[in-house]
Amino acid sequence: MAQRDRSLREKVVSLEEAAGFVQDGMKVGVGGSTMSRTPMAMLWELIRQHRKDLSISRCIVSTDGDLVFGSGLANHVVTSWFAQGILWGLSKVMRHHVENGGKRYEEWSHMAVGMRFRAGGMGVPFLPTRAMLGSDIVGQRPEAKQIDCPFTGEKLLLVPALNPDVALIHVQRCDPYGNAQIDGLQFMDIDLALAANSVILTTERIVSNDQIRRAPDQTKIPFFCVDAVVEVPYGSAPHECYGLYEPMMRHMEAYVAQVNADPVKGMQEYLDRYFYSPKSWNEYLSLIGMDEVLEATQKGRSIYND
Amino acid sequence: MTEAQRYTASEILAILSARQLQDGQVVFAGIGVPLLAATLAQRTRCPALTILFEGGVVGAFVEPGKLPPSTNDQRCTKRANMVLGSADVLLLLQRGYVDVGFMGGAQIDQFGNLNSSFIGDPAKPKTRLPGTGGGNDISSLTNMIVAMKHEKRRFVEKVDFITSPGFIRGGTSRRDSGLPSGRMWRVITELAVFGFDDRTRRIKVLALNPGVSREEVQDNTGFRLDFDEKLHVTSPPTDHELETLRMLDPDRLFTA
Repeated sequence: MAQRDRSLREKVVSLEEAAGFVQDGMKVGVGGSTMSRTPMAMLWELIRQHRKDLSISRCIVSTDGDLVFGSGLANHVVTSWFAQGILWGLSKVMRHHVENGGKRYEEWSHMAVGMRFRAGGMGVPFLPTRAMLGSDIVGQRPEAKQIDCPFTGEKLLLVPALNPDVALIHVQRCDPYGNAQIDGLQFMDIDLALAANSVILTTERIVSNDQIRRAPDQTKIPFFCVDAVVEVPYGSAPHECYGLYEPMMRHMEAYVAQVNADPVKGMQEYLDRYFYSPKSWNEYLSLIGMDEVLEATQKGRSIYND
Repeated sequence: MTEAQRYTASEILAILSARQLQDGQVVFAGIGVPLLAATLAQRTRCPALTILFEGGVVGAFVEPGKLPPSTNDQRCTKRANMVLGSADVLLLLQRGYVDVGFMGGAQIDQFGNLNSSFIGDPAKPKTRLPGTGGGNDISSLTNMIVAMKHEKRRFVEKVDFITSPGFIRGGTSRRDSGLPSGRMWRVITELAVFGFDDRTRRIKVLALNPGVSREEVQDNTGFRLDFDEKLHVTSPPTDHELETLRMLDPDRLFTA
């Protein structure tokens, strides 16, 4: 466990400053899943700052995987599923980079990714599972060891702990110290936060510590795991954030059409327009468009409507 | 209108899959036809069906017209009983709380192994597919129903890569590999319903879909098929099944 300042202190910084926790070549865990609670604003900032050669782990990867490969932010993605989203099928961007571009997609089963983060968060070097046994996935993963259980003799697979250097996690709310409350689907974010050696939280809003203390059962990540807190409304756009907004589907449709038509040039044009040109995250949101953002908000809030 | 024109291939997949579920079961459903079929079963014959999704949802009751675009989206949670972490909902499979796993398939072989990882040599793949997601976990740890389109290139003698194990090499090879529970149980296509031989563990046709011949099933399969001694013909979708399905998916998100 790296030396860290675990005191109760304010950690609020800008996106630009938070990016300083991530150095080229680091192992970076990404919170959320598929198109949900993706820490998109933080990935956006890292891509703008031209970080490179990261090894990214996430339970399920969608267009965020395209972007980190396409921009050069990562050359290695550890996950269980990597496409643009069920509605669009195979990612031509992922295919281009994995089949011809020398980048690596390291596949584990979904539960195995979870057990790896959990072992990391538990402070043990591995956990046993039965998943992946008998499949060809296990043959691709020399990091996993098959054993005979010392108690029962059963075959088991040991999957190694995954302890990212940094985790990027987006939440609905947290206080300035990093006590984070997550509404709805948690995915693997609690284990990921505990497993990582540092955590950058982006949040839809920062609330007071008093407000956190009124509902401590909703706090899912304790402040002493957290190293930076960044307030970024719509920080998962164009993906969803539970209870607040659903995916911005027209933008996603247009994105998929553009990058699949040309996984290199289409991606470069997309990055130029939406990542490198805007001066701020708010300007990025303006490019996605007010109608799109408000429609996603209306749908997102409807989860609480009868 | 002929019988076959009353419904699309996806609709008959969803309806015949829904018929495989029993009231009171706990079913772990993947996205697409499985989610739709589990929801159809819940709204017709199986009101006490408990649906799990890999995003962490226990006891889902998805809304008509608002089908989620993946099993990790907020729409999956609407009126659910519980929301867990993804690893925890998958661990329910390993502990044995789930009766049936239910997913789609890209490529399947004669022993019910599924491939969603590579076409061609994994070291130098012709096509890198999306990979397993929860598919490997579900098929390794519980009894599987697979709903998929029936094409020769999808029904192959041996898959290029076993992403999600069925009976692996047949016989006792699944158990011998360290998978003591669960099995490949049913495969549903727009042509037929399949089961597996109790001894050899090889796939066999249990029932033909309405209006489909033995030859048609064999011609669309990349290996020699066995037909069950008691081979029968499935009864066609009822109006109630079709109406309920179309009410659930009015935008034809999964049934076009």
